[in-house]
Amino acid sequence: MKLTINGKEQEYTGEEDRPLLWYLREDLKLTGTKFGCGVAACGACTVLVDGEPTRACMTPAASLAGKKITTIEGLDTPAGKAVQAAWQELDVVQCGWCQSGQMLAAAALLTATPKPSEQQITDGMNSNICRCATYHRIRGAVARASEIMG
Amino acid sequence: MADTATFSPSRRLVLTVMGLGAAGFAVGCSAGNTTTAAAGPVTQTALGDYVRIGSDNTITVYLRHIEFGQGVSTGLTTIVAEEIDADWSQMRFEHSPADDAKYGNPAFGGVMGTGGSTAIFSSWAQLRAAGASAREMLRQAAAAKFGVDASDVLLVKGKAEAGGKSASYGELAAEAAKITPPDAARLQYKDATAYEFIGKERDSSKGFGRLDSADKVSARAQYALDYHPEGTLTALLARSPKFGGKVASFDDTAAKAVKGVTDVVQISNGVAVVATDFWAAKKGRDALKITWDDSAAETRSSDQIFADYKKLLAKAGHDARKEGAGAAALRGAGEVITADFEFPYLAHAPMEPLNCVVEYKPGEAAVIHSGSQMPTADKGAAVAVLGLKPEQVSIVTMLAGGSFGRRATQDADLMMEATQIAKAINGKAPLKLMWTREDDIRSGKYRPMALHRMTARLNRDAIEAWGDRTAIQSIMAGTPFMPAGAADLSSIEGGFDIPYAISNITADVHWPTSPVSVLWWRSVGHTHTAYAKEHFFDVAAKKLGKDPVAYRRELLAAHPRLLGVLNLAAEKAGWDTPLPAGKFRGIAVHHSFSSYVAEVAEVSVKDDGTFHVDRVVCAVDCGIVINPDIVRAQMEGGIGYGLSSILGEAVTLKDGAPVQTNFFDYSVMRMAQMPKVEVFIVPSSEPPSGVGEPGVPPIGPAVANALLAATGKTYAKLPLGTKA
Repeated sequence: MKLTINGKEQEYTGEEDRPLLWYLREDLKLTGTKFGCGVAACGACTVLVDGEPTRACMTPAASLAGKKITTIEGLDTPAGKAVQAAWQELDVVQCGWCQSGQMLAAAALLTATPKPSEQQITDGMNSNICRCATYHRIRGAVARASEIMG
Repeated sequence: MADTATFSPSRRLVLTVMGLGAAGFAVGCSAGNTTTAAAGPVTQTALGDYVRIGSDNTITVYLRHIEFGQGVSTGLTTIVAEEIDADWSQMRFEHSPADDAKYGNPAFGGVMGTGGSTAIFSSWAQLRAAGASAREMLRQAAAAKFGVDASDVLLVKGKAEAGGKSASYGELAAEAAKITPPDAARLQYKDATAYEFIGKERDSSKGFGRLDSADKVSARAQYALDYHPEGTLTALLARSPKFGGKVASFDDTAAKAVKGVTDVVQISNGVAVVATDFWAAKKGRDALKITWDDSAAETRSSDQIFADYKKLLAKAGHDARKEGAGAAALRGAGEVITADFEFPYLAHAPMEPLNCVVEYKPGEAAVIHSGSQMPTADKGAAVAVLGLKPEQVSIVTMLAGGSFGRRATQDADLMMEATQIAKAINGKAPLKLMWTREDDIRSGKYRPMALHRMTARLNRDAIEAWGDRTAIQSIMAGTPFMPAGAADLSSIEGGFDIPYAISNITADVHWPTSPVSVLWWRSVGHTHTAYAKEHFFDVAAKKLGKDPVAYRRELLAAHPRLLGVLNLAAEKAGWDTPLPAGKFRGIAVHHSFSSYVAEVAEVSVKDDGTFHVDRVVCAVDCGIVINPDIVRAQMEGGIGYGLSSILGEAVTLKDGAPVQTNFFDYSVMRMAQMPKVEVFIVPSSEPPSGVGEPGVPPIGPAVANALLAATGKTYAKLPLGTKA
């Protein structure tokens, strides 16, 4: 079956129940999408499926025929670019492992809500765990990305 | 000494391993604005053990510490950049190879490793010398090239200039490498007033910031789990559900029937399923049927362990401190107060679970990619298991997705397991051992459970006697880190050495044992001692009717650096100003890893009893500040990590097995619980000290003290949960 990943069509021939995460990482070498928990509890594996934040660790690749999948490697929307610029401007990252998922969640939030309130930022980002606890800077960076978007 | 290696620029941003004998790799890193590498191969020239200069005019600093978020890739590089007179855009970093002789940590007796917040503290003198030495070699090379006296050469922003001539460091490196390094004792260092980088604020408009930001934001950064050479087989290991259990027998029929499973092998820690990919390995492991021999296993539940600890506390333990009359002074005139503080096991839970990749050629060599926090121990384990010579084993240190202590173990557990599996399959393919999150939460190496019995006798308007008796498993005993028979005072560091001027102090400790494995967890003994000490201090102060800040000032008169952070935090938090109804403040101050931190927590308590930490004001004194923004980041992160643990984290045992499994029941903090954090740094000319850990200890007691102010209760059982 055909999947569209970062604008490129891919032929998926793997197991029916194999999560998208492992197809991305092991087969396509798109290692920006990270493994964190395997049970959709931490958000490290967040990708966008038709623009919606989705946990790649529990979503079978075979369930995504015809869908548009965006990973960190293909995040080139205005919101995505603003998020990445803000993340770097504020030096949000520490270990960095969760940050692809954080940035995809932020891009989805800002696409839907370009001027989020503080509470909307928290609500939009609360599913993504960061053990380095960079939450304080993530909040600031989402707000900064909103400014960059104008 | 001209150790020259050639890199292909097209591969500069990816892992580069030059054959099985080589180690060291480039983690692509750029200072904001990535420059396109010039065409043709880039030649790297070593000027000493720590500095390499590229023909593309980059300066690469070898890190003997791993970058796992704490910022060493920027901090250590900054020290060299300053002394070598670089332009920040030139600076790069690489993890050094595993080589104690060159890259041992002086703070660890020369063993390579990262921990104890020692990176900056132990590298300051060494990297200043490395930068200054390389600078003088470049100066000599420029003098020869220009035909001028060395004293006439001006070095600025990665260039040498004299008499209208100019040459980049990249152009001078090959000649500089031929010059005898200057006598280390006679090196001249830059005056602090001339610093361009040290102590300077992040400035994104100039591209001055974290060196690992750009690659982490773009996801080009390479971690161990991202290393996946063609044909890699993935292994998952089934370990005993109870600590100390052994495999009695197993049936792998169903596991071997899973498509993609190639091997099932028994090793010392359990049964490994090896497969073509993660998903097949997971299904294979799920299908294993194992009978465990629990005859030597832990079988108690957490409540029973605490009950056993309470029995221990009836008797005196190992004496760690006696001031005045010691324990005898806990009886006498006045009021005696006491509380038992209970701390659970904690998992480190770094976001990237443990993993490594072993490429093994039997009898010949092994290359191991790992987020190695202690390369010496890891290499030793690999050498022993694989039966190779040390020079045949290379550890390639990758970026790691957090650690908090978990990647530095007494027994190199990850490496032992991975190399045993690689050996069992005879090195037929690159072998990746992965830990799932369940493995991470359930397989031990926890912050030990601890029970502190705090006692104070209050008399004549003062704490007249203070007692702290603890039961806790030792992290160090029986490991190579501790001589036999020595007392492991890291168990109670920060507690037995309480700095308050109290006339009578006693501290003693019991070290019960258990098959449950325990490990240093960000700030080690301070994770619980600071809580017990600082919260019980406020309990006593409240009984005495004393203000927590004023009373600390009185008893810390002999400790100017503790006083400094106490006063700064109190001032910035507006300690003496009233708060709106429903809001309460608590303060705590603590010394750990040679640094001093005070934190004030502002907590709101609702009518239904739920509470939220709204704001934390932090003051830190860590000596000379290399990078203030990274100091702030480490305080923010330390506060978040510590707060997460005291609010919701616990691994509890039922009949010897952990109850928790993953992030839905091992509850770590999310954004909604994260307070606003303000960090203030005390200016200092003392040598730099650590920041990775010292932000953690004060937050728990600061929050507990705010709750005490709200309710008058003692908060002695952790985690606190959601209600005051």
